[in-house]
Amino acid sequence: MGLDWAWLPQLAHGLKITMELTAACMAMGAALGIVLALLRVYARGPFLPLFWLASAYVQFFRGTPLLVQLMIIHFGLPSVGIRFTPFLSGLIAMGLNTAAYQAEYFRGAIQAVKAGQMLAARSLGMTRVAAIRHVVLPQALRLALPPWSNELIYMLKYSTIVYMIGVMDLMGVARTIAARNFRFLELFSLAAVIYLGIVLLLTFALRWVERRIRVPGLGSAGRG
Amino acid sequence: MGQLLVVEGVCKRYGAEEVLCGVSFSLEKGETKVIIGPSGTGKSTLLRCINRLTEPDRGRVWLEGMEVTAPHANINKIRSQIGFVFQDFNLFTHLTALDNVRLGLLKVKKMGRKEATERAQAELARVGLAGKADAYPAQLSGGQQQRVSIARALAMDPKLILFDEPTSALDPELIGEVLGVMVKLAHEGMTMLVVTHEMGFARSVADEIVFMERGVIVEQGPPEKLFRAPAHPRTAEFLRKISELYGEAA
Repeated sequence: MGLDWAWLPQLAHGLKITMELTAACMAMGAALGIVLALLRVYARGPFLPLFWLASAYVQFFRGTPLLVQLMIIHFGLPSVGIRFTPFLSGLIAMGLNTAAYQAEYFRGAIQAVKAGQMLAARSLGMTRVAAIRHVVLPQALRLALPPWSNELIYMLKYSTIVYMIGVMDLMGVARTIAARNFRFLELFSLAAVIYLGIVLLLTFALRWVERRIRVPGLGSAGRG
Repeated sequence: MGQLLVVEGVCKRYGAEEVLCGVSFSLEKGETKVIIGPSGTGKSTLLRCINRLTEPDRGRVWLEGMEVTAPHANINKIRSQIGFVFQDFNLFTHLTALDNVRLGLLKVKKMGRKEATERAQAELARVGLAGKADAYPAQLSGGQQQRVSIARALAMDPKLILFDEPTSALDPELIGEVLGVMVKLAHEGMTMLVVTHEMGFARSVADEIVFMERGVIVEQGPPEKLFRAPAHPRTAEFLRKISELYGEAA
């Protein structure tokens, strides 16, 4: 048993793909997740159909396995003429999936902001949209950061499934090298150590962000 | 119509319970009117019906002759002209005292940043909190938070301010500083409608007292008359109970 330095450049390239995929799917998930959460909390009256649509979306993507969603997008959709590169299929599946989970974190955070905050904003003459944007969301996003951090770390690790559709992420590279030289233990252990390193780095970075955005005088980020 | 605020026949029902039934009164410019009465008699609901934070079921409200309750009234514009001070302050927790006061100026009045900052600082000074501009709500005492919320209302140049039990959530030793600010405002000629259990304040500052019970106005009149010789036995009983409880007033 032994490590070969020649693997490192390839693994580094795989790591780059993993990080790009995770970052992109988290950004997509956050943007879509916030919209879904807002619809779930505020879409009523004439907008009720949007509430239903958002709820159905969340139920569907949380209720089916990510791997199945990935397979449908990459191997299923081509039969109706929709084709993506492996990376793009991975990004779409992961982004759509994490959006549903993030929507729930954001929804919980929005609902945790006290009703009096909205009342006070409206009493000043702010429109509902302005009140959401300037009063509710800034507080809710702080509350959502801890669960969002967990989701980021989870997605980083779960991104390994994209090797199954041929993406050369860290996992894909490790497996490809190992398939050539049969040094599975070394390569997968090395991959594990790299994933662990990245997760620890992210954990510290996010904790730093959490401290930075903490509201002075409140216990933890945003909590009253 | 010389009246600043006219409330006519306002009704509100929650399920089977009629919280307000046919409440009518008016407020002149510069007047301070205090609403008293037992808990749960719709006093807070009445205040919220005036700027439609709660939608009344029936009845009409006018502000300077403009109907607040009209179906196509620009309610956001109207609300920006009616200050509202909440029992539990409702300061924006993620913003400093200065930003709390400034937000409405920037986002509702669309004031420039420099002008809004100066105005907000002036309002904080007016409530005695010039030194707390950079403090967050959680770093302030309840009395200070309520004074910031009064400054937030004042900054909008309101035509009147509605106070919903502004001292009920405060420790006894902090009530005085908030009442002090309110007394000052009344003397400066601000039009105020105040729901409170502070009979000392009602007695010394109010131009008129309204006694409400079970969603209706039982009696209204100047404080000397209401406190000395209430016309209605229910008013007398309420005042007696309050004075037993607080050892003052009646």
